[in-house]
Amino acid sequence: MTAETLSRRDWLGLIARAPLPLLEALWPDDPPPFDWLRRPETGAMMVQGRAGAVGAGFNLGEVSVTRASVRLQCGAIGHALVQGRSPRKAERAAVLDALLQTAAAQDVHARVLVPLQEAECAARETRARRAAATKVDFFTMVRGEG
Amino acid sequence: MTAQLTPGFANPPIEAAHAFRQVLEAMAHPGRIMGLAGIAAPAPCSAAAACVLLTLVDGTTPLHLAGAHDCAPVRDWVRFHLGAPLVGPQEAAFALGTWDALGPLAIYPQGSAEYPDRSATLIVECVALQASGARLTGPGIKDAAWLNLPDPAALRTNAALFPRGVDIMFTSGAQIAALPRSTQIGDA
Repeated sequence: MTAETLSRRDWLGLIARAPLPLLEALWPDDPPPFDWLRRPETGAMMVQGRAGAVGAGFNLGEVSVTRASVRLQCGAIGHALVQGRSPRKAERAAVLDALLQTAAAQDVHARVLVPLQEAECAARETRARRAAATKVDFFTMVRGEG
Repeated sequence: MTAQLTPGFANPPIEAAHAFRQVLEAMAHPGRIMGLAGIAAPAPCSAAAACVLLTLVDGTTPLHLAGAHDCAPVRDWVRFHLGAPLVGPQEAAFALGTWDALGPLAIYPQGSAEYPDRSATLIVECVALQASGARLTGPGIKDAAWLNLPDPAALRTNAALFPRGVDIMFTSGAQIAALPRSTQIGDA
């Protein structure tokens, strides 16, 4: 998937999963002036699981989440729902979401989303490679009888 | 469409507690006009009515929007800030609108003799609140209070149903006055 085909759902997830230090490093700018629609507030959410991704749903456990909503002066509204208790991250994510709906989208895309996507791909690949290194192939030797 | 969305309480725990206190005072002293402001409400909703909604309504309280209040800006605002299910008058726990738009009081849940709390609370938007008009007596009123009621006869019928019936809050701009079902309504 290339960066150009990212939907809003994709970039919301990408920003929400990114660690805050990486987000700050990629986008250290001061945010444009904005109003809070909802100040960052922390709560708990129940995460549901499904055994083998097909079984009946069950409650896996609660995670802390922080949500925030902002409105830029041009009227664009950004939402964020991030795991953890960092109001700072929720604010950054919400402002980025709003910016990605404005004329600044191209710039933010290139500066933030593309590196985030590359970092995520690289992390996934590293993990897959480390898992692959421990792979064991079992086989049965033909018993020499007769 | 969503560009008209306005912020809620700037500091929700503190401001909601203050607003709750004002609503409580208003309910405890029927006919007393209390101030209730602090947030920008989506038109045509008044600031006081929006404060009441933010304080008392959430995802577990079905809300009925009547007449001109049943418009996109108010619906968006309710969906974002309250998450309350929007329903018809028969299932509503809260209803918002002008007196004419809300219609007859009998169509709202009146509670039962066993559970009088299973009734609706109506937020009636008024042009102005004045301490004149109908004479109010009853619990919470020392001698008598006066309030410009939109339709004293219908409200008298509601009071006669006690302990059943609906509770009413009148809002106008940044003011609120309440008329619980326990209040007796006299003549002007």
